[in-house]
Amino acid sequence: MKNISNLKEFACTPDRFQGGHRLCPGCAHGMIVREVVNATEDDLVISTATGCLEVCSAIYPYTSWDVSWLHIGFENAAAGISGAEAMYKALSRKNRLYNEDRNVKFVAFGGDGGTYDIGFQSLSGATERGHDFLYVCLDNEGYMNTGGQRSSSTPIGAHTTTSPRGRVSYGEKNRKKDLTMIMAAHGCPYVATAVPGSKHWKDLAAKAAKAISTAGPTFINALSPCTTEWKFKPEDTVEIADLAVETCMFPLYEIEDGHKLTITYRPKQKLPVEEYLSRQGRFSHLFKPENSWVLEEIQKEVDRYWEYLLRREEAGV
Amino acid sequence: MATPKEMMSTWDNIQFGAVLPSFEDPEKKIRSKFNSYNYEVADWRVEKPVFNRNLCIDCDFCWVSCPDSCFIVEEVVNKRGKKQAKIVGINYNLCKGCGVCVDVCPTPIKSLLMFPEFVETQEALNKWPTKDNK
Ligand SMILES: Cc1ncc(C[n+]2csc(CCOP(=O)(O)OP(=O)(O)O)c2C)c(N)n1
Ligand code: SF4
Ligand code: SF4
Ligand code: SF4
Ligand SMILES: [Mg+2]
Repeated sequence: MKNISNLKEFACTPDRFQGGHRLCPGCAHGMIVREVVNATEDDLVISTATGCLEVCSAIYPYTSWDVSWLHIGFENAAAGISGAEAMYKALSRKNRLYNEDRNVKFVAFGGDGGTYDIGFQSLSGATERGHDFLYVCLDNEGYMNTGGQRSSSTPIGAHTTTSPRGRVSYGEKNRKKDLTMIMAAHGCPYVATAVPGSKHWKDLAAKAAKAISTAGPTFINALSPCTTEWKFKPEDTVEIADLAVETCMFPLYEIEDGHKLTITYRPKQKLPVEEYLSRQGRFSHLFKPENSWVLEEIQKEVDRYWEYLLRREEAGV
Repeated sequence: MATPKEMMSTWDNIQFGAVLPSFEDPEKKIRSKFNSYNYEVADWRVEKPVFNRNLCIDCDFCWVSCPDSCFIVEEVVNKRGKKQAKIVGINYNLCKGCGVCVDVCPTPIKSLLMFPEFVETQEALNKWPTKDNK
């Protein structure tokens, strides 16, 4: 496992995910992927589900990936990576000299659409079968590559093209699916949440290094602020991610062996959700007087969930 | 049988079960000509970040936050004999001008600032704010 202790040393890593891709300026996908692939020195085999990341990082004749990379469908990043992993296992069994140093690791990337929704069957299956891989969900809370439709990750109140705000609508009405907990319930040896950026860089890089070196299926849900569809200025990406953590809208924690929960960052003082929501155009309608009850509901739910995490950590069960 | 890395000699000669190593030539750290590193997105920019080496404290916040792998790093050895990164510049072929690096730069007077694309780097450095007018 790569020792990730200080940024000055980490920054000596030659990038394995290169620039020149066509993700929007300020897109968090690029930040997250760089950190994950730079968090290990092992050889990597990666599959990427269709979505902004896949489409923008492999435009003919170029590739942004300095690793073995598999272009796969929208729904089967986990199926693809489990097939590759099974092949390596089979080849190693047949021939002891093949892959003797055992330094090939398997990682899948998918958007929230490709993970929470359409790819969930393949992810759940690969996890249940116990393949040795890390799955990273780039959670931008919507189907952004096709113009910003809602997904089961879209939070309450968010405007998307298929949960539009209007005279009678306050945007998305269903609560965000709690996928990280669902993955923990599979009994994964390691699951975690993470955000990109300089404040929590070590949290993400250390989680990625730990997940990659852990045997068996592991999962990281990384919040990926989307400047284009969340409607904020590109330079604010890192600030928005930090606010998601400080307001506890997206708490940072990890769960080992399906049950042992550790909160990896505690805000000194939990900020009101408005600090996060008011910075994004997709929530601007919530600040009209008739929607103030939605803000209250969001705050209540965030408080309840944070309390649940604290108590669960304390209980250690 | 060779290890996965050894099985991948050249692009058009990949053996079953090979794994692509980082860099086409890992020894010399040379990237494939099909790596997007060799593509240019400079024309996406209206403003560009300018880097002021004199103010930089090498915290590397910009390096870790840049979505486009733009920061050019030189590996140096510090007083305690440990390797560390020194930021030496920005790859303007890859920079899209998002401004994230400027936003995260923590020095009291920023070591990175956005300037209109047409402003020459030296001109930008001459205009840099000082303590009194930041
Ligand atoms: C089976 C299938 N249905 C629909 C599509 C069209 N499609 C491509 S990307 C995408 C949305 C991806 O959303 P998400 O997984 O959240 O990734 P993001 O682009 O937001 O990063 C859709 C619907 C497809 N490629 N395949
Ligand atoms: S639409 Fe959003 S997720 Fe997709 S590339 Fe642009 S900023 Fe990134
Ligand atoms: S402006 Fe954006 S793309 Fe350019 S160097 Fe800064 S963070 Fe990277
Ligand atoms: S963020 Fe600013 S101070 Fe830190 S390394 Fe980059 S330019 Fe230097
Ligand atoms: Mg998405």
